[in-house]
Amino acid sequence: MSVVTLEIDGKVCTGVSGETVFDVAWNNGVKIPRLCHIGGLPNIGACRLCLVEVEGQKKLLPACITPVQEGMVVRTWSEKLIAHRRLIVELLFAERNHVCSVCVVNRNCELQDLAVELGLDHIRLRYQFPKLVADTSHERFGLDHNRCVLCTRCVRVCDEVEGAHTWDVSRRGALSQIIADLGEPWGESDTCTSCGKCVQVCPTGALFEKGKAVSEMRKDRGFLKYIVTAREKGQWIR
Amino acid sequence: MAERILINTVTRVEGHAKVSIYVDDAGEVSSAQFHVVEFRGFEKFVEGRPFHEMPGLMSRICGICPVSHVLASSKAGDRLLGVEVPPAAVKQRRLVNLAQILQSHALSFFHLSSPDLLLGFDSDPARRNIFGLIDCEADFARRGIRVRKFGQRIIELVGGRKIHPSWSTPGGVQTRMGAEARDEIAAGVPEALESVKLALDRLKSVLDSFPVEIEHLGNFPSLFLGMVSPRGEVEFYDGVIRIGDAEGNIVADGLDPLRYYTYLGEASEEWSYMKFPFYKPLGYPGGMYRVGPLARLNVAASTGTPLADRELREFKQRSRGAVCQSFHYHLARLIEMLHCVERIEELMVDRELMGKRVRARAGQNQNEGVGACEAPRGTLFHHYVVDDDGVMQKVNLLIATGQNNLAINRAVTQAAQRFVRPEAIQEGMLNRVEAAIRCFDPCLSCSTHALGQMPLEIDVRNSRGEVVNRYRRGR
Ligand code: SF4
Ligand code: SF4
Ligand code: FES
Repeated sequence: MSVVTLEIDGKVCTGVSGETVFDVAWNNGVKIPRLCHIGGLPNIGACRLCLVEVEGQKKLLPACITPVQEGMVVRTWSEKLIAHRRLIVELLFAERNHVCSVCVVNRNCELQDLAVELGLDHIRLRYQFPKLVADTSHERFGLDHNRCVLCTRCVRVCDEVEGAHTWDVSRRGALSQIIADLGEPWGESDTCTSCGKCVQVCPTGALFEKGKAVSEMRKDRGFLKYIVTAREKGQWIR
Repeated sequence: MAERILINTVTRVEGHAKVSIYVDDAGEVSSAQFHVVEFRGFEKFVEGRPFHEMPGLMSRICGICPVSHVLASSKAGDRLLGVEVPPAAVKQRRLVNLAQILQSHALSFFHLSSPDLLLGFDSDPARRNIFGLIDCEADFARRGIRVRKFGQRIIELVGGRKIHPSWSTPGGVQTRMGAEARDEIAAGVPEALESVKLALDRLKSVLDSFPVEIEHLGNFPSLFLGMVSPRGEVEFYDGVIRIGDAEGNIVADGLDPLRYYTYLGEASEEWSYMKFPFYKPLGYPGGMYRVGPLARLNVAASTGTPLADRELREFKQRSRGAVCQSFHYHLARLIEMLHCVERIEELMVDRELMGKRVRARAGQNQNEGVGACEAPRGTLFHHYVVDDDGVMQKVNLLIATGQNNLAINRAVTQAAQRFVRPEAIQEGMLNRVEAAIRCFDPCLSCSTHALGQMPLEIDVRNSRGEVVNRYRRGR
């Protein structure tokens, strides 16, 4: 494990080889936007919100899967990056039906926070208004496809942490959807242990606890840190 | 038919009102119709949503009376859960409903109607609004604005926000009420009480100058429907339905609001998107009934609070049977405001209001639920059918303005026949037609209330249905 020194937004930062640009930036107080990344789960570099500029590279690189290198010069905020991130978020909003004012996570939503952070006051794209349903067949939880951004955090936590692998993604492109088992109603899934981990890591109101009214749902991410600390350091502390 | 074209320009209920006045070959007004778009869209697009979302969704129907929709919706949700709501939650809901009725009535009276009543129906239309009122009756107008603010502040303190609070939810409410909120509300009561009393005296003092309007702006026999407590008192949150007739007799009493569909039917007409509810035993359109302040005071034996009761006794003297003049909706509204302030004051010393347990938790236990309460403009019913997973399958909303639909049409016809001279239309004539509508304080004026003008379009048509004169006002 060797120490790596690099520059992020003009600030000299140090990290350890093998760490990602994203982690080193955050550890040094530079908050890069993200959606699919969540600490404690394997990264997949899917949402592209964490794209950064690296000097000497023509392409923009996703910080969550780019390992740090000695002498790297990274920029996390620029006109160009903001424009790209804005567009990504606009695409997400246009793709499904987000009605924040009546959503269970209104004012506690990562997607909404991103929109606010990026100054998104309107969507330039045509809304698709797909006809999607909510699956509330599970005793305690619900899945509303209208609010899913396909970040697959639920898929990963269920597979990697809980070990149940209830969730997966079916179909492709705009038709992609999260499914339980082989497309059963969630309540009829044989593999789901009802642990609720997916609900807590979901960045939006797509996965929620049943019975929660508008703005009432708060996600508890602490459990993931607890598990990771236990796994990596053998310390059972929160 | 030609008159349908213009309705299509209306997109939502807070849009425009449109009136068609029909003139016969002799040049006399033969009839008039009031066209409006109702909330059908809401009933359709909430299908497929989990029912816990309903109070939040329903509150968006209206910016003036969101609380009523939240409450009716929560009550329907209570039925789906099959729970008894804790007393603290019931009291909170009652308090906010009173505040809602108070602020909505204040808006209707001070901002919308008092310019007509205090400045005159024929006064300059450019000044016949709340600003004109501020100029010549500054203290009165300011008091009105403050009463409304008091009501809104209560909604904000208890419900978390002034407009579209969604703190009430199936099973109860989200948060316990704090002592500071209570103290602030209690401190506002004396001024509100004084302002409402003042307005009431003021209205009573000018009533005599409108004998013709009182006689012709919607004065006709009809049934009246309202919620009453088991003791027959005015009741806004939870009670039984009572129906009275024009002679003041009770036609039906103790009706279960949850079974509204057994005694209320809904007809539709092709010239309006609004449904036409009627009392089933008398058929359509004979079963026309009115709801709202006038109806509630007509059917209730008392209000249950001392000051409002004194006013109610005087009110009931105005007519031998029920008070049938729609003009007296204004007076009824002020008496209800008095009652609301008195009830709010009572709640401030109610120990249960501050109770800790504010929500009954349960899974879904029923597939069908009805919630009913009194909204400012009349009795409101929400009827939900959900599947076994709690997903909305069917929704029926019976809204106050809809229930007054037949009566508003009747009032518009009467006002047009009495005041409109088709050969020489003047603004004051049309303002009276509009005033007939305004008695009912229909909800479609929501979005433009503040300026005291709802966008209104009046077509005068000959017997062949051709437009011979058109008058437009508003945005
Ligand atoms: S999930 Fe987030 S962005 Fe989507 S509707 Fe809910 S609050 Fe809005
Ligand atoms: S349900 Fe939530 S966690 Fe799963 S993919 Fe959709 S947005 Fe991500
Ligand atoms: S957070 Fe890096 S790609 Fe999604």
